[in-house]
Amino acid sequence: MKQGRSLGGLFWFKFTRNRLAVGGAVVVSFLVISALFAPVIAPYDPSFIDVDNVLTPPSRAHLLGTDQLGRDVLSRIIWGGRISLLVGFVAVGITTLIGVSLGALSGYYGRVTDSIIMRFVDIMLCFPTFFLILAVIALLEPSIWNIMVVIGLTSWMGVARLVRAEFLSLKGREFVVAARAQGARDWRIIFSHILPNAMAPVFVAAILGIGAAILTESALSFLGIGVQPPTPSWGNILTAGKDNIQIAYWLSLYPGLAILITVLGYNILGEGLRDALDPKIEP
Amino acid sequence: MRDLFLGAIRYCKPIFWFKATQNSPGPSGGAEFSPGLFPGGEVTRRRVVSPGERKALDATREPRHNMGSSRDKGMLRYLIKRLLTMLPLLLGITVISFAVIHITPGEPIGMQAEFNPKVTKEVRERLRAYYNLDKPLHVQYALWLTKIVRLDLGNSFSPDGRPVAAKIFERIPVTLLINLLSLLLILAVAVPLGVYSATRQGSWGDQVSTVFVFIGYATPTFWLALLLMILFGVELGLLPISGLRSLVGYEALSLWGKLLDRAQHLLLPVLVSAFGGLAGLSRYMRSSMLEVIRQDYITTARAKGLTERKVVYRHALRNALLPFITLMGLSVPGLIGGSVIFETIFSIPGVGQLFFYSVMARDYPLIMGMLVIIAVLTLLSNLAADVAYALADPRIREGR
Repeated sequence: MKQGRSLGGLFWFKFTRNRLAVGGAVVVSFLVISALFAPVIAPYDPSFIDVDNVLTPPSRAHLLGTDQLGRDVLSRIIWGGRISLLVGFVAVGITTLIGVSLGALSGYYGRVTDSIIMRFVDIMLCFPTFFLILAVIALLEPSIWNIMVVIGLTSWMGVARLVRAEFLSLKGREFVVAARAQGARDWRIIFSHILPNAMAPVFVAAILGIGAAILTESALSFLGIGVQPPTPSWGNILTAGKDNIQIAYWLSLYPGLAILITVLGYNILGEGLRDALDPKIEP
Repeated sequence: MRDLFLGAIRYCKPIFWFKATQNSPGPSGGAEFSPGLFPGGEVTRRRVVSPGERKALDATREPRHNMGSSRDKGMLRYLIKRLLTMLPLLLGITVISFAVIHITPGEPIGMQAEFNPKVTKEVRERLRAYYNLDKPLHVQYALWLTKIVRLDLGNSFSPDGRPVAAKIFERIPVTLLINLLSLLLILAVAVPLGVYSATRQGSWGDQVSTVFVFIGYATPTFWLALLLMILFGVELGLLPISGLRSLVGYEALSLWGKLLDRAQHLLLPVLVSAFGGLAGLSRYMRSSMLEVIRQDYITTARAKGLTERKVVYRHALRNALLPFITLMGLSVPGLIGGSVIFETIFSIPGVGQLFFYSVMARDYPLIMGMLVIIAVLTLLSNLAADVAYALADPRIREGR
């Protein structure tokens, strides 16, 4: 390790030396760009119905074939990427917000606050989460916003524990004691002294959480209670794939591949960030 | 020899144990634990603790001097404490489920009555009163709770009106069978794979299994199910793609023919449900094994001239399997949750499919009953895992 490298520089050095992690970053950036520029990139209108070309196999005109209404599968996958991205980011945003707040309260104040919050975490962990999500989504109107909120509300427990553990180990440190000795209030110690030092693992957990949220959304859409057609999402294209399983393999293969690559990208990126942010791992 | 080994274990400081009692941010759910991806970036092994266990152990840890030297006595106390801590957890679960289900807008009567012109407002009110839906929420909850302490889950809202318990229990065997088979499959593959990867860290085989694990993590199980159905069911025509047994000609088969027919129908669902857990558990086995291999007692075992085989399988594996036991217990909710998906895809009449239907039909008593039964199953499997752990590890049994 070279001397005199800044913290950010060291992180960058470690991250870029990890080829796999850089690969993950490239995949993720590619997906973000293709989602942002979907109207420009997609060769067809994703909801343009073409009754003359129903369920055509992949060809030069339709690279990934067409679905049961003659819509271009490639265009639908590209537009579906927008939904995945949106669900991933918003759900993880909610997860992080709840997890960080409860974890911080629990770790900083300890005692009764801590016991109450941790027992609540225990209860939430005993739920088979997918059943709970399924029940809530099905009882509410299925919509993309409901999905994001419900996924967010049911997956914050890991983050809360993470933040709590960080707070427990940081709140006794000298810099916190010093801040308190200077008369800093609790919220100031929490937000500007401890929290910035606890954010690295939260950041990693958030990146990994995006992949998990995308998987859950696609499963819900696949079951028909997630994103509703005609809005394209990877999950509901797969539903069409299941309905036409005997004749159209391309409707099942490609959207799933898109999910696989996306989730893989986020997971590898997250793991790479974890290693790059961990001071114990020498570059 | 044996004393030396036991002594080595005894002096090996149970670091992970102390970490765990501080609520380490470890794996916290069935599928949440993360594998270490890159060589050098191994995840440190943390003892996985199920929610209820932590509380019980916090309780058992204090009076350690008078725990009693007898193994059975300690175990019994531990068991009773665990069962007692389950009660408030269970109560909390029912409160949350009940609130969530009843607060969401819309109600079952509306769905049945909306398009039926014969249902006047008066009839609707009577129906609501009949199902107690007109009472305040806390009264409804109290009514439900007084029934459940008598183990009565109520009657289904669906037209057949059968008891919820009967509806659920007739479907549990199928789901249980598939989940048990897939747990066995996971165990049979994940343990050898993890040991192989750990003992040949960085080798070609290890790298292949790492890639497999990462792909396994990212694969949507329902997509895998679809692909397998296309490959084996449609293209090759080898396996049936739905149901539990053939609909035509099943009765005419001999006993072995019937068994074979059932096995063929179970093969794909079991494979699919095992796949999700496989990646995580084999990765966990690997890092657990790597952690153990670095311990002093393994060096001791090697130094006294044991064969590598004996070191790996007798000394290392037995210790590396310990956290694995708890993890198996913790992965049960994930497996049950996954059963909704594969039972719907493969049209298997199990609990997952029933849950999906009951949710779609807003059958409140059935939804509540299933959430409670699944939560109990989850808690019991956590307990079973913890008891197995305590039986296997004297440090925990004696509250050390």
